[in-house]
Amino acid sequence: MKLHPAEDPVRRRGGTRAHMLLRILARSATQGGGRALSALLAMVVAAAVATTMLNLYVDVQAKLRREFRNYGANVVVTAKEGQVLPAEALEATEAALNGRGLAVAFAYVVARTSEGRPVVVSGTDFASVRKLDRWWLVTGWPAAADDALVGVRAAAFVSPQSKSFDLEFRGRTIHLNGAGTVRTGASEDNRIYLRLSDFEAWTGVHPSTIEVAASGSPEEVRAFVRRLAGVLPFAEVRPIRQIMEGEARVVGKTRAMLFASSTLIILTAALCVLATLIGWVFDRRKDFAIMKALGGSERLVSGMFAVETAALGVVGAIIGFGIGVGAAAWIGRANFHTPVVPRFGVFPIVLAGSVIVALVAAVLPITMLRRVQPAAILRGE
Amino acid sequence: MFARLVYESLRRQKRRNLLAGIAITLGVGVATAMIGVATNIGDKMSRELRSYGANIVVTPQDDTLDLEIDGVNLNPPSDSAYLSDADLPKIRGMFWHNNIVGFAPMLPVSVAGASKNVTLLGTYFSKRLTFGKEQFTTGVRLTHPWWMVRGTWPDDNSGDVLVGERLVRRLHREAGDQIEIAGRPHRITGILSTGGAEDDQIVAPLAVAQAILGKPGAVRRVYVSALTKPEDALARRDPRTMTPQMFDRWYCSPYVQSVAYQLQETIPHSHAEQIRQVAQNEGAVLSRIEGLMLLVTLAALLASALAVSAAMATAIFERRNEVGMMKALGASNAAVAALFFMEAAMLALVGGAAGFAGGALLASEIGRSIFNFEITVDLVLLPIILAIAVLVTFAASAIAIRRAVKFDPVCALRGQG
Repeated sequence: MKLHPAEDPVRRRGGTRAHMLLRILARSATQGGGRALSALLAMVVAAAVATTMLNLYVDVQAKLRREFRNYGANVVVTAKEGQVLPAEALEATEAALNGRGLAVAFAYVVARTSEGRPVVVSGTDFASVRKLDRWWLVTGWPAAADDALVGVRAAAFVSPQSKSFDLEFRGRTIHLNGAGTVRTGASEDNRIYLRLSDFEAWTGVHPSTIEVAASGSPEEVRAFVRRLAGVLPFAEVRPIRQIMEGEARVVGKTRAMLFASSTLIILTAALCVLATLIGWVFDRRKDFAIMKALGGSERLVSGMFAVETAALGVVGAIIGFGIGVGAAAWIGRANFHTPVVPRFGVFPIVLAGSVIVALVAAVLPITMLRRVQPAAILRGE
Repeated sequence: MFARLVYESLRRQKRRNLLAGIAITLGVGVATAMIGVATNIGDKMSRELRSYGANIVVTPQDDTLDLEIDGVNLNPPSDSAYLSDADLPKIRGMFWHNNIVGFAPMLPVSVAGASKNVTLLGTYFSKRLTFGKEQFTTGVRLTHPWWMVRGTWPDDNSGDVLVGERLVRRLHREAGDQIEIAGRPHRITGILSTGGAEDDQIVAPLAVAQAILGKPGAVRRVYVSALTKPEDALARRDPRTMTPQMFDRWYCSPYVQSVAYQLQETIPHSHAEQIRQVAQNEGAVLSRIEGLMLLVTLAALLASALAVSAAMATAIFERRNEVGMMKALGASNAAVAALFFMEAAMLALVGGAAGFAGGALLASEIGRSIFNFEITVDLVLLPIILAIAVLVTFAASAIAIRRAVKFDPVCALRGQG
């Protein structure tokens, strides 16, 4: 005859045990009152702080590298000795970049002004140059055909009086309007820049240099250089060491700083949680004593405390993670003006850390209390 | 009596006080270390950013137009104006000389090669100069740190040269060989690799280039690497439009513009200007990093305050029975509170002092391991940090004490927690 679950002694024991455990956990959570809440609060804040720091550490490298792209090109493509840069070089470069960077082609000749003075003239794409070389101080970018961008030094020599001037190259003359001047403190100040189409129509000379700002870590940039060198056998593809080494150095130091800071902060947060949780567990030593006095084995009672504290750790970690991700996003927006990507990969670390701290906080007081007689605890000693 | 109570309480409750004390020490230590680092990071990062090279260039005032494509100088030699290298040591005497990390003069000359002309660049490698009673060293080894030499750097007073790695391959030479320049033999002491135009050039001591050009003392340009402060609205103003007080403030701040202005004053007939690619981005990067460290420091201070609060609240809340006992014996709430506050203050002061020392040590260690530069925490911070530690401890204790005094003395006497 099949016994009803409520009457079957074997089933009842197994079922009741789990049921009882859940009831005790639920009761202690609700009746813990202020104490449990403050412990949870400590857990949440610590998890939030840890999450924010870890998120920042993982993300700051990408953020800083984006800042460093403002330094301009970090790779340069030129023709090999005695060769000419093939016409498809720019397309090949852009294909190899695959959207992760910017490539701009430059063509150069030495032309003469109407007084016969030699000056370097360059043809390029102004929209791209504007994005690549953000530090150029330009009074007016060329818009119409035959507009020129004149370097501040060249302006004094080429067209001191009027804004329009003539340039001559191999017998062909072009009439230009100075749309604005450019100041950089470097060789651009001595040059005149034209739109590439105007330049090629006038001189027939094609681009000889491609400047590339490739995004990514140094390994990614080197991989790009190798890829491009393979595609363009007649060209020389070189990283610009000044830019790459400077960046590697500063990013490296900043990461080291952030790592040291994060470690300190997370340790402090962990200590905060440990102190609070130890206090919480210690505070409930009467419950511990009663359970022992009622016949609970030490393992069972310790286990229950551990599970309770661990449950608190898990809940705190989840809420804290959510807040931490929000805080990191706010920092990203406030400081870098782009949001910090929430790194969900960080969650397992935060969760594991929280549970470990919680378990240590549970186990430590319990082992201390183990030696004391339940009666002594109940008496209030 | 009060003092005895405090003393006995601190002496007997070792475990609780130790935990609270450790929390305070750690919290204050972390806060001190982070504040030390955050206040110094601008300076340290500024120095690291000098690895990008020179941020100011000085040229002759009546300069002619440069003809340069991909670093190859096409100027006819007779056509140029020059600075004088005798004026260069005066840079050591200018107001911001401590911010000048290094400077390097440049003199490019065209020399006949096998098939076409080659540029020979004259400069200082690591030249010893004297200004007044002071001796100092400067050159491209400071202003162009990414230049790498396979072999040895030439002596600035010799006729030895470096040859760029691409040029040396074309000429089929190696380090240690002789090379004929303008009819005279020179020894190649090393092969230069820069990733830039110099790989196709010969780089020689300045005197060699001046001899070839036939103009002793001539310098075409000077590259200067200076530690500067990020630009703001004041920095960008034209000094001629400033009031005297504004000018003083501008002159006495190490903006790249004011350092350039002073270089122009120091070297006669010169024009100094920021190299925008380096100087502009430097400021932006520095602002970002400083901003980031500030926020991280705030997070550290928050975490520290919480750690301290948690420990104090725990320590006091455990002693509800004591509080109940004291109240049952007739103590007023104020007296109980005073006792606990006093204990908290003592803990905060001792723990805070220990934490400050530890934090200063930690900051110094971080500085040394990351930047190779000591970070010192100003002693003036000690009273401020102690005050904050006491404040935080008080605030945390206050909440716990309030709840503790509300506890029924009868329950305390019965031993119910």
